[in-house]
Amino acid sequence: MSPLVSAVGLTKTYAITGGAFLRRQTTALRAVDGVDLDIMPGETLGLVGESGCGKSTLGRTLIRLIEPTGGTILFDGTDITALDMRAMRPKRRAMQIIFQDPYGALNPRMSVEDIIMEPLVIHGAKGDAATRALVADMLRLVGLPQRAASRFPHEFSGGQRQRIGIARALALKPRFVVCDEPVSALDVSVQAQIVNLLQDLQAELGLTYLFIAHDLSVVKHISDRVAVMYLGKIVEIAEKRTIYAAPQHPYTQALIAAVPVLRPQDRGRGRRTRLAGEIPSALNPPAGCHFHTRCPHVMPICRTQEPLLRTTAIGHQVACHLTESP
Amino acid sequence: MSLLELRGLTTAFQTGRGEISAIEDVSFDLDEGEILGIVGESGSGKSVTALTIMGLLPQPPARIAAGSVRFAGEELTTASPGRMEKIRGAGISMVFQEPMTSLNPVFTIGEQIMETVRAHDRMSARAQRDRAIEMLDRVGIPSATERLNDYPHQLSGGQRQRVMIAMSLACRPKLLIADEPTTALDVTIQAQVLDLLMDLRDELGMAIIVITHNMGVIAEVADRVLVMYAGRIVEQSPAANLFDAPQHPYTKGLLACVPTLEQDRHRLIAIPGALPEPTRRPPGCCFAPRCTYCIEACHAAVPPLIVQRDDRAVACIRADELVAS
Repeated sequence: MSPLVSAVGLTKTYAITGGAFLRRQTTALRAVDGVDLDIMPGETLGLVGESGCGKSTLGRTLIRLIEPTGGTILFDGTDITALDMRAMRPKRRAMQIIFQDPYGALNPRMSVEDIIMEPLVIHGAKGDAATRALVADMLRLVGLPQRAASRFPHEFSGGQRQRIGIARALALKPRFVVCDEPVSALDVSVQAQIVNLLQDLQAELGLTYLFIAHDLSVVKHISDRVAVMYLGKIVEIAEKRTIYAAPQHPYTQALIAAVPVLRPQDRGRGRRTRLAGEIPSALNPPAGCHFHTRCPHVMPICRTQEPLLRTTAIGHQVACHLTESP
Repeated sequence: MSLLELRGLTTAFQTGRGEISAIEDVSFDLDEGEILGIVGESGSGKSVTALTIMGLLPQPPARIAAGSVRFAGEELTTASPGRMEKIRGAGISMVFQEPMTSLNPVFTIGEQIMETVRAHDRMSARAQRDRAIEMLDRVGIPSATERLNDYPHQLSGGQRQRVMIAMSLACRPKLLIADEPTTALDVTIQAQVLDLLMDLRDELGMAIIVITHNMGVIAEVADRVLVMYAGRIVEQSPAANLFDAPQHPYTKGLLACVPTLEQDRHRLIAIPGALPEPTRRPPGCCFAPRCTYCIEACHAAVPPLIVQRDDRAVACIRADELVAS
């Protein structure tokens, strides 16, 4: 089976201008730094990492909501990296995004019907009865009552607003959906409703998801495979089952160890090892392995040589010098 | 005598649509050196509870409609503003969720900590500075002497939260209230800050109230837990028992609906519906419209918080049946 979405050496850099007057200098911030990634049709790939690691930028660059600086994006076998606007438009139908903030992502002055209809109109639908019927179908699909169509975003709770955002993203019948922290802003008791809805829709419509989140528990629940990012690079990708049971990259291990445990009997004896320090600035990432400044297993080679993403004995792709040596 | 005693505390707000109770009939005790977790979703009243204790709600629109807050034997709801200023800082201090906006961007962190010290204790500039260094050191800020001259923007989110904790410790309070102290932080930094809170309790013998929506944070640090829903305490329990045997249907639902790293579930068990708006709280038990165990009687009257065995209490008229089943 060939991947639905592929990234090869995908890079996004931002020019940051700083420094005092007359001593201005421009530095390149590598938000996404040479990422290779395949997303298979029908799967959910979870993408985790701490704030500022580049996971949202990666998600948006994959659907060219942000233009990449380098590398290649393949969608269903076609190179879409350099397509012009006209050629890109039919592709856009097939790739959509659900945003984190259900309060900021909906125009407060548009009715729910207009919000869901907007992408359809942009892609050539007339605002006629047939289009309205389609909007009604979308409302049903995401579990909103038909009377929601004539209302405005402020009349809905956070969970309902997120349903509107999902309806809008799915109106064009996309194949690939980037879910950018879709439940982080919701109350805990409402999160499960949205996670279940996303899973139901995936089964019903055969969707492929890139699920971006910082909550490792939610990612574990929804994903088939999980990718871990640190300072613009992917440090580990593996099947969900094995990555949580046997994380190989020290950063993945630390992330999992930092998640609070609910039931006392699931807790290890005493305190677990904590990751010291904080994520370094992406403007000036450490040489060699970016993680070496916080890594408990750091070796001399880590400070000078950058580890490459390689497949290990148990089938994880890991970028770490520890797993390279036999 | 407990360090902090709340009895029947009810705080109401004057709004355009009449007076609305943000919290109703909140009672609990807190002992010295104890960590109490208050867990609830948005609008549950957990922050209003904290701000009422601190006397930080502007009155009006807020009004303490009923109940009392006793801190070290002293009634706070009727204390003068001057007296409350003395208590805030030296008696009770608070750490807020937003380490980005709680610090003044135009003063160095050293000046801000020394200002707090100066407001409560009369001491020389040198002694103030020493205290600030001591506190920064205490909360794990490396090379504290140099960092004293840093401005907030020069620090990361985790370090700013450490500075906030250092400020709140500067006058050696007996009680620290931490309102969502780790919500804005990454998970590895959250773990560091939670460890710091527990160390401070162990070394300084402070009591701590940790307010959060995250059950995991509660499980990690709390000795005892209050679960709040729509302005009321619905369950109270030692932390060790709560996670194994939740008694209130809302607590059960909260624990069942979050995925955990330890368990695999095919499907999450969602709580239907959404939290009621404070203006549209249903009569009777506020959770009844979302509750799978709801019976006719649930809509009739607000269920009282009834004390059970093992230092637990639950506000559900069907609690006995549900525990037995």
